[in-house]
Amino acid sequence: MPAKLIRRYIFQVNRYDTNGYLLILNQLERGFKMALTGLEIYKQLPKKNCGECGVPTCLAFAMALAAGKAALDTCPYVTDAARENLESAAAPPIKAIKFGNGSVMGDETVMFRHDKTFYHETTVIIQISDALSDDEVSAKLAEINGLEFDRVGLHYSVEGVAVVNDSGDAARFAKVAAAVAAGTEKSLVLISNDPEALKAAVVPLAARKPLIGEANADNYEAVVTIAKENSVPVILKAEGLDALSDLVEKAVTLGYKEFVLDPGSKTTVQKLADLTQLRRLAIKKKFRTFGYPVIVFTNHDNPLDEIMEASVYVCKYASAIVLKTSAKAHILPLMALKQNLYTDPQKPIQVEEKLYAIGEVNENSPLYLTTNFSLTYYSVEGEVESTKIPSYIIPVNTEGTSVLTAYAAGKYEPELMWETMQKLGVPETLKHRNVIIPGYVAVVTAKLKEISGWNVIVGPRESSGIVAFAKTLK
Amino acid sequence: MSVTIVKERYAGKIGEVTLGATAEQGGTRTSTVTIGGDSALPFLHFEGKVNRPVIAMEVNDIPPTWNTTLTKQYGDVFNSPGAWAKQCVDDFGADLIYLKLLGADPDGVNRSPEDCVRVVKEVLAAVGVPLIVVGCGDTAKDNEVIAAVAEAATGENLLIGVAEQETYKTYAAAAMVHKHTLIAQSPLDINICKQLNILINEMGLPLNKIVIDSLIAGLGFGIEYAYSIMERARLGALGNDKMLAMPMFCSVGYEANRTKESNSPIEDNPQWGELDDRAVLWESLTASGLMQVGASIIMMRNPAAVAVVKKNIDELMSV
Ligand code: SF4
Repeated sequence: MPAKLIRRYIFQVNRYDTNGYLLILNQLERGFKMALTGLEIYKQLPKKNCGECGVPTCLAFAMALAAGKAALDTCPYVTDAARENLESAAAPPIKAIKFGNGSVMGDETVMFRHDKTFYHETTVIIQISDALSDDEVSAKLAEINGLEFDRVGLHYSVEGVAVVNDSGDAARFAKVAAAVAAGTEKSLVLISNDPEALKAAVVPLAARKPLIGEANADNYEAVVTIAKENSVPVILKAEGLDALSDLVEKAVTLGYKEFVLDPGSKTTVQKLADLTQLRRLAIKKKFRTFGYPVIVFTNHDNPLDEIMEASVYVCKYASAIVLKTSAKAHILPLMALKQNLYTDPQKPIQVEEKLYAIGEVNENSPLYLTTNFSLTYYSVEGEVESTKIPSYIIPVNTEGTSVLTAYAAGKYEPELMWETMQKLGVPETLKHRNVIIPGYVAVVTAKLKEISGWNVIVGPRESSGIVAFAKTLK
Repeated sequence: MSVTIVKERYAGKIGEVTLGATAEQGGTRTSTVTIGGDSALPFLHFEGKVNRPVIAMEVNDIPPTWNTTLTKQYGDVFNSPGAWAKQCVDDFGADLIYLKLLGADPDGVNRSPEDCVRVVKEVLAAVGVPLIVVGCGDTAKDNEVIAAVAEAATGENLLIGVAEQETYKTYAAAAMVHKHTLIAQSPLDINICKQLNILINEMGLPLNKIVIDSLIAGLGFGIEYAYSIMERARLGALGNDKMLAMPMFCSVGYEANRTKESNSPIEDNPQWGELDDRAVLWESLTASGLMQVGASIIMMRNPAAVAVVKKNIDELMSV
């Protein structure tokens, strides 16, 4: 395809985005992190039109604020009341709740990741029952501590451990909580309905800032008070949204707002419905009562079914999930899913620009060029690996864009390819003078040949064609 | 206080597509499969109609080169596509068979179109469920193969594919003339997806004879791109964009099983845990993510993953 055509084609590709509300939403969020319109802001301004803020009128200033191009402080005449109104209207629709060792939940602003991005990955917590023996507790904890994974250049680790008071014994609960705390640096969650047990466990561990719960309709005064006294966040649990909203409203009157909600839904499909409603009410209706992160406990005991169930809540709106299984093979897929879905759609993950050696390479091994967009690179890497021919790959720095997009944006020109090859010492490393380029940029062949003096081989368009292509290499 | 829940009102819905044809309808299937018809986001029953996603298990005309974590779950069926398909339906509960004619590959076994037709007939005779039939991936050869298959199976209402931007004409013509349904495939791009549907429709194939394959990536390898494209397509369709309102097909089994995570034994990657469960979940979670954004046909390979996904679908459909 000629360059001009490719460029036009990419232009069309982006058309859909400009029709959507993505761009508008981005602009608004830069100003106030939520969609306050210029008119809504204008109503709160002094309407003196004095121009001291740098623009001629209050209306123009309001528009600039809405577009994120001005700061409220520039107007010397804003009243305290107006400031408070604007700030509370602009507060995030879902409160950020922090606990333990750097865990953050909530603070999400959109329903769909393509609207902007999801911010705080679902916190994965694994539970340990205090009804287990001491040995079983330490074995389970050791397994949880071992849940550290490396793949495709990323590191995943499980964030938290929840101690659950199944024993019904306050002293036992406090003892297991203390043992778990001593045995892990992960964030802690302490779960009991019994205020006495919670108090016994949380007081000595308050410095670890555990998340505690659950406060329900019967015990909320005592449990929320314990949370407040120890400055730790607390889970509010009620079955169904009506009961949950009642509970939140009552709990707020105790003068504390560090809440995490559990809608207590019994089935997977009901949890999905409740999680969706909690998110919608908080974001679309700005319903403050539900403006908190949401935690869920899985229903299934069979680990395969449990992880499948949990994956539904990772996609749809759980801020934290408490699991039973702690086997590596079960946790890794779930960690990958949450990492994937919480990547910023506008900031693609990139791989380092260097000469990658796949297999036992030597100076005669083939050389593939691709881009540094992680998905593109790893697809190529996987296929090159499958050819069983030791090879080199260079992901040229295209700022994390795929081949076609990079080329259309002028970020994948033959000059850059050759410059990169030289910079990475390829002419010294290799004896041959052959370079394989992606099929989609076949159009650069002549130019690359001219400036580098290398023989340019056009590879397949899709990485899936590499294995067949490699068979044709001499 | 009672909370007023938020119900979205959508102007559009997903088109209904029926696959397969019974004797009265001009085919030989004992049952048909209907997908689409949804008027809500996936599994949000409080909002509107939710249709059940279906599972299409993969069968090839030549023995597969799959990892033993998959093959050990099957009987001695890989030399007989009919027996292979029958086990998928009878033992594993496949709703459809996805027959990929890999043997047609000129760089491989290079089966003739007539040979391919024979395999399709064998599978049609072995099972009563509807069939999806796709070629080997070699554009020129697939044109011949799918044309021959479409003609030989006239009236069966196969789901044939794959029609891409450059090749759709032959496929669309074959689907129209021989009464089949078509997979329209676009490269992870919602605009091309829509454009291809328009082009195919302009040739005369009705919208209810098209299934979208906007291409997916496996878990850990860019599933988020497929996730967001499908979610946008679904929202577009519910917003009454008829050219995006077809049910969506996802080649989950293929993408999930070509990852290192579905193949690398524990000895090579102790940190990743046992391969068997890991591979089951890699395929199951690829399916799960895409079902949450509107997948209608899930192509799968791992029988244990099929069981996990079917159970999850049952739960998400029970209200
Ligand atoms: S400084 Fe304040 S009062 Fe004066 S024009 Fe700007 S916004 Fe209006």
